[in-house]
Amino acid sequence: MPVSYHFGHMLGIEPLRADEITFLLDQAKPFQEIQRHPLKKLATLRGKTVALAFFEPSTRTRISFATAAARLGADQMNLQAESSSLKKGESLLDTVWTLDAMKPDCFVMRHSASGAADFIARHLPVPVINAGDGTHEHPTQALLDALTIRDRRGTIEGLNVTILGDILHSRVARSNIHLLAKFGCRFTLSGPAMWLPRELECLGPAGTSIRRVSRIEEALEGAEVIITLRVQQERLNEPALPLDEYILQYQLTPERLRRARPDALVLHPGPMVRGLEIDPAVADGPQSCVLEQVTNGLAVRMALLFLLIGGGDASPAKDSAHAAD
Amino acid sequence: MLLIKNGRLLDPASGTDAPRDVLLDGERIAAVAPPGQLAERASGAEIFDAVNLVVAPGFIDLHCHLREPGAESSETIETGTLAAARGGFTAVCPMPNTRPVNDNASVTRAILERAAEASGVRLWPIGAASAGSKGEALAEIAAMKGAGIVAVSDDGRPIATAKLLRQVMDYCRALELPVIDHCEDSSLFAGAVMREGKQSVRLGLRGMPAAAESLAVARDVQIAELTGCRLHIAHLSARASLDLVRAAKEKDLPVTCEVTPHHFTLTDEDVQYDTRYKMNPPLASREDRDALIAGLADGTVDAIATDHAPHEPALKDVEFDRAPFGVTGFETALALGLEVVHAGKLSLLRMVELLTLGPARVLGMKRRIAEGEPADLTVFSTEHAWTFRVEESASKSRNSPFDGRNFRGAPMATIVAGRIVYRRGLVTGDS
Repeated sequence: MPVSYHFGHMLGIEPLRADEITFLLDQAKPFQEIQRHPLKKLATLRGKTVALAFFEPSTRTRISFATAAARLGADQMNLQAESSSLKKGESLLDTVWTLDAMKPDCFVMRHSASGAADFIARHLPVPVINAGDGTHEHPTQALLDALTIRDRRGTIEGLNVTILGDILHSRVARSNIHLLAKFGCRFTLSGPAMWLPRELECLGPAGTSIRRVSRIEEALEGAEVIITLRVQQERLNEPALPLDEYILQYQLTPERLRRARPDALVLHPGPMVRGLEIDPAVADGPQSCVLEQVTNGLAVRMALLFLLIGGGDASPAKDSAHAAD
Repeated sequence: MLLIKNGRLLDPASGTDAPRDVLLDGERIAAVAPPGQLAERASGAEIFDAVNLVVAPGFIDLHCHLREPGAESSETIETGTLAAARGGFTAVCPMPNTRPVNDNASVTRAILERAAEASGVRLWPIGAASAGSKGEALAEIAAMKGAGIVAVSDDGRPIATAKLLRQVMDYCRALELPVIDHCEDSSLFAGAVMREGKQSVRLGLRGMPAAAESLAVARDVQIAELTGCRLHIAHLSARASLDLVRAAKEKDLPVTCEVTPHHFTLTDEDVQYDTRYKMNPPLASREDRDALIAGLADGTVDAIATDHAPHEPALKDVEFDRAPFGVTGFETALALGLEVVHAGKLSLLRMVELLTLGPARVLGMKRRIAEGEPADLTVFSTEHAWTFRVEESASKSRNSPFDGRNFRGAPMATIVAGRIVYRRGLVTGDS
């Protein structure tokens, strides 16, 4: 393994190499340990400030980053869309420069426009972590999914991965495909046809196997990992697709799940709507990883913050002194 | 008098490609003759030595946005026509989507008055087809024609309904004005910021299918057939649209079209999140781009038009989704056309036609280099090596994807009504 890696920003999975991803996942391991400690707070990033700039409603990702920063001892600046000055006509760049003038050490940004993180990264002197940009990428979600899969199956190489739902508008699907494709995974995508354009087969490095299958039963045959996407209600209106129609055709039910390998994992990026894209029995079943995903999200985000603004040399395991504050 | 001597005269109207001297007297061409033969007549005339240069009819740009009145922070008639002169254009047609919209004669006159004070490039304004370009009632088209418009369009948006288009075309047929349409099916376009394809899916940007354009072209061609009015398709970008224009021409329908330099140069694969690559219609697929180049060569396309659309930096320095559509184009148009010529895909004479006689015909005008014709000429080099730098542009805006591009060939002089309004040489960055 190379001695050191340099991550300037974390804007997306697509430009990363497989060995960089493995390094990131390895870096997350000690932070997984910390989540099991009675005292979870480190002093690693004491004196550092993380700007959480969320220009789109988000609960779990924002809390996950905020908690990750807090457990590293970092201070936070919080900006949420509803309290922002965007509605007063200020441009994104001006808002971001205003925050930057308060000298944060890192920006974590969620925005509804694809490419928004890339855009601000070109204008900021500090690292930017993309916490989801439009329908483009959500890199930390893909990393936490990969960590979850690796923990459960021992590897992320060469798996049969089935992704269900609105693939076209999913940044989670894109980041997952970019990540797992680098490890030779094969993909089967299934969902309503208008959310499954042919161009999706071109995601991932050349040679990546991506099939589109309209019948969910067929899509689940032989699956080792199943990623169920949230049905975004706002997308259902455009084009109009009756909810019942979606449930009938694409809900992940226990019966359908039996088409997959018996040990297939079920992942969901959340927020999950029981009874819509997923049957409660599957969501709560032994194959479900949804709560591990949440816990692993903390570990991945702590590792990333640590690497981007903590110097990245010291292993957090060496930092045994838990901060008392 | 001005004698342009030792040049290679390229005149598409007569098919001339030969060494010729051209003598200008006042606002007219006084004589055209083989080298040396005009020496006596030209005694005392100012001499322009065009050795190793092409002498062409003055370039006409059918499609530009000069932003005045209403958005002078992005461009003015003065800065815009200065940029046009540097691009070799002797006449440009500003679209009516100013604030206020050029939908009545007083706005047309105000624009022409400003032009008279500006760089000397001719302004041939395009009037709105509908009042306020709102797609409801007709604009005051006859009055605007009296004031000097050369065509009508609701550019920026399509003429809203087939019914309105029919009314506009019926009316304009009688007025002998061409109708220029921005062809776009708005429901299929809905919120798109680029062409639909592999790249839009990869970037997670909303794409529009080529059919969003060609559907509207099909509508327009049928209304042109119904009314007999001249129809000109603005900034055509899709092969399917080109096929419809080709079929219309085979039926002798009065249909013409233009293609922009950015559409025949770039493709959707060039789009990242850089807003300088965001324009409407968006950059096409590689297959469509290649079809556009074939259309330039085979005569299906009538004109190269820039769709020069300046936007001040603050407007473009935003998220891709929020950025306005448009790129600047005057100063790079010829050089981008020459790239296609140098690549062997277009003859030099044909390229000159696309910038001169072609757009003139769209407007029902002539364009040739002959005694008695207006002394509007563009002198250019096919070889001059230079680098385009937006900070050196005469435009007030900087939104060009060609910043830093190395070119072979450039305008050397722009002559309007016998007067040199631009002469290359003082520009830094030349090699």
